[in-house]
Amino acid sequence: MSEASPETDARRIATEARDRARFEEEALALADQVYRVARRLVGSREEAEDLVQETYARAFRSWRSFTPGTNLRAWMLRILTNLNVDRGRKIQRTPQTQTLEETDYYLANKVAAASGEDALESDDVVERLSQDSIVNALSEIQPQFRDVVVLVDIGDFSYADAAQILDVPIGTVMSRLHRGRRALKQHLAEGALS
Amino acid sequence: MSGDPCGRCEELLQDFLDRTLSDSEWREAEVHLEGCDYCRRRYRFEASLRRYVRTSSLERMPPGLMEKLAELRGLDATA
Repeated sequence: MSEASPETDARRIATEARDRARFEEEALALADQVYRVARRLVGSREEAEDLVQETYARAFRSWRSFTPGTNLRAWMLRILTNLNVDRGRKIQRTPQTQTLEETDYYLANKVAAASGEDALESDDVVERLSQDSIVNALSEIQPQFRDVVVLVDIGDFSYADAAQILDVPIGTVMSRLHRGRRALKQHLAEGALS
Repeated sequence: MSGDPCGRCEELLQDFLDRTLSDSEWREAEVHLEGCDYCRRRYRFEASLRRYVRTSSLERMPPGLMEKLAELRGLDATA
């Protein structure tokens, strides 16, 4: 086998540096979206900042394992959710088990009971729920359900992307999503409307 | 819809808003919604709730975070 010539070597290094810089730029362009998801997965802004920094540190270190042309946003979010799971294990949060209202109309029925059927047709009712109440309600959902709600309903990921990010089958994403949305509504009903 | 039509409509709610219903289920829901104020109001409420949840999270990154992330560029795989 012949030795690589200095020119070939130099060209290889230059190509790699260019690929790496391109990867880093593309990843940084997604920072707002990554932060948005992180912010809803963890309790505070500071924790979200830490989580995003850890995510980028890991992504930049392992940039070679990203396949160009595939979904970089999903790849970044997969790192983020894995780091968040590790973090959750460290603080050993015990997920609360809770009976879930078995109805999708639960929150709407509560609103109708409190303010009348017509209230359901007014956007004011939904707007009366504060941002804090959404954040609090999300933080009370068990993590495996919350992750799916955050990815699909806030991060705008498809079921397939969410399945890839969380490394679970699509059917699991769908059932967790349905359950997570019900839990969200239940917590909103308990917190904001009680 | 047989049985409890509103119960059936409620079952279809999430997939209706996700646009993952089959054509026949979609028609089933639409026909019921046209004649049922009770379900129509609840569907509308759910749609605004979804929009609200999405827009409640349009928070931008804290100042300075982007610079911190940019500084991480070039991190060594062994670091």
